[in-house]
Amino acid sequence: MTGKGGTGKTTIAAALGIALAAGGRRVLLAEVEGRQGIAQLFDTEPLPYGERHLVSAPGGGELRALHIDAEAALLEYFQLFYNLGFAGRTLRRMGAIEFATTLAPGLRDVLLTGKIKECATRTDSTGRHVYDHIVVDAPPTGRVVKFLDVTRALTDVTRSGPIKSQADGVVKLMHSEQTVVHVVTLLEEMPIRETLEAIEELQQADLRPGAVLINRVRQPRLPDRSVTAAADGRVDASRVRAGLREAGLDLPDDVLEGLVAETVEHAIRVATERSAAEQLSAADQPMLQLPDLPDGIDVAALYELAELLVEKGVR
Amino acid sequence: MATRRALEIDRLIDDPKTKVICCCGSGGVGKTTTAAALALRAAERGRTTVVLTIDPARRLAQSLGLAELDNVPRKVEVEGFNPAGELWAMMLDMRRTFDDMIIAHTDPQRAEELLASPFYQTISTSFSGTQEYMAMEKLGQLVADAEWDLIVVDTPPSRSALDFLDAPKRLSSALDGRMIRLLTAPARAGGWGIRKALTASLALGMKAVSTVIGGQLLTDASAFMQAFNSTAGGFKERAQKTAELLRSPGTAFLVVAAPEPDALREASYFVERLSSESMPLTGLVANRTHPVLADLPAPRALAAAEALEAKNSAPLAAAVLRLHADRVALDKRERRLLQRFTRAHPDVPMVTVPALPRDVHDISGLRIIGERLAGNGKAA
Repeated sequence: MTGKGGTGKTTIAAALGIALAAGGRRVLLAEVEGRQGIAQLFDTEPLPYGERHLVSAPGGGELRALHIDAEAALLEYFQLFYNLGFAGRTLRRMGAIEFATTLAPGLRDVLLTGKIKECATRTDSTGRHVYDHIVVDAPPTGRVVKFLDVTRALTDVTRSGPIKSQADGVVKLMHSEQTVVHVVTLLEEMPIRETLEAIEELQQADLRPGAVLINRVRQPRLPDRSVTAAADGRVDASRVRAGLREAGLDLPDDVLEGLVAETVEHAIRVATERSAAEQLSAADQPMLQLPDLPDGIDVAALYELAELLVEKGVR
Repeated sequence: MATRRALEIDRLIDDPKTKVICCCGSGGVGKTTTAAALALRAAERGRTTVVLTIDPARRLAQSLGLAELDNVPRKVEVEGFNPAGELWAMMLDMRRTFDDMIIAHTDPQRAEELLASPFYQTISTSFSGTQEYMAMEKLGQLVADAEWDLIVVDTPPSRSALDFLDAPKRLSSALDGRMIRLLTAPARAGGWGIRKALTASLALGMKAVSTVIGGQLLTDASAFMQAFNSTAGGFKERAQKTAELLRSPGTAFLVVAAPEPDALREASYFVERLSSESMPLTGLVANRTHPVLADLPAPRALAAAEALEAKNSAPLAAAVLRLHADRVALDKRERRLLQRFTRAHPDVPMVTVPALPRDVHDISGLRIIGERLAGNGKAA
């Protein structure tokens, strides 16, 4: 799940996680940017580097969360291949681990995506995949291709050894039918521009763009035929007044003027959003609209969004 | 209810002692537009102003005459725009700023070597933190120019407002060379004293670290750093110098936040961070609010709308009533969020800037936002 900053990427990733878990599946929601967005969203303690139960989904499903930290992943990797013991912690304290992931930015991405791959391929004692789906709250549109396309990153990390083989596996997974990149957007200029650019970049890198999720769509209240005129400032105030009277509201002039001003603003917004949606259709990707929730986002709202996603065919 | 202190923008931009205004905040809150509107207003009120933008929307950039990205300030000259002062604008080109920094501090031959280093290609394009570092560097240059009465800075789009403060430090500590020396030292003849102090397993760890980074990259990095540090004085020193600049009394920080929980949470972190570093926080711009324009309680509006809808009559009036009720709900939510912020940070002055219904990409739109920033924010 990617999207421009501020579009609600984390929120939609979480809602998608719940939707996919509905009906008894096991889903992992992973974050990679070290900002504890999941913990904030679900109002829990900051997540450690480890998979934790997050919420249950309708029908017996489970959503778990994982905060992937590149430094912890590198230490885990060292532990696995070099059996470092306490020295690993010392290295971290000395700043060597942070240094390694900073100096070779590609390494950081390989570690993060490598952990995702490990979760995706892990099986339990019966041979069943531990997770049916993994939803990644990925970096924003500007950085997502670099993040997923670890082939390029490999140029600056070692060309052989365990990291290399790990990266090869990641490349295969990311470019397979099993991975799809959804883009969250708002019906505003910059998010739409970035969405279209990201889709193109994904295609060029041979990664699969999925759906465009249009977030926070507000309900148009005006009858369709009135939108254009109202957006131009033409609202028939006398007709509004007559209608209000009919409903038993006899309002002073300044209130009526205020209502008309609100109507014009609403119409401009609706018209702008419409042309924004048209621009998006150029991308020729499936589109899904999600409503603006006037009370804001809490865990209950996530379930509401998840339900909408299921209704719209997410499974 | 906590009483809110008003943020007086005009007093800030009119004060000749205000030299730099940094607009900070998380992504998607309207930082760039706010920075441009502030600069425009300051220019119209007589100051020679330059605005440093990072990644403006294309049409906004065009309206400021920034079609070209050439990393130097250009004077904004648009018909119907005759400010008492001057407005200059520029867009940050991070790669070019980096190039210029190297060229300015080294002899031509050295510079050429540095610029051709494969390691330089990596840090100048794909390092996280380079953009922030270069924004700081550019700001430092603009200050040194002494041509500008007022510099307004937009900060790079990042998930966190804190990145602007932290990234340069992160970058410079990665590049200051200590760790590289540590990692490459054991290989060198004679080695380091520190080598003895390393236990066998730690040495193995160091070996592991240098293996995953890659020998070639380490060698490139080490060569680059030696050359750079010996001439340009080191990344850390430069970063420290700009950081000091931000601490000076002429610098004002504005936090821009949309009235949304995430943006306000980020703003809170930023406020706390600035005060813990005793940096000058000037105030919060609560951007894109939706104040109610008509004094009519939502329940009454909804009841009337339902009555009309039941009769299938006056659809326009019913729609007007419904959208008004939506707006009342939105306004209530925004106020609640802002009040929560004020309660936690009662000393932070605030101004609310009502949203314009359209994206802003011309001088007149920026002027309206400037008016609203100054508190003359009657929504359209």
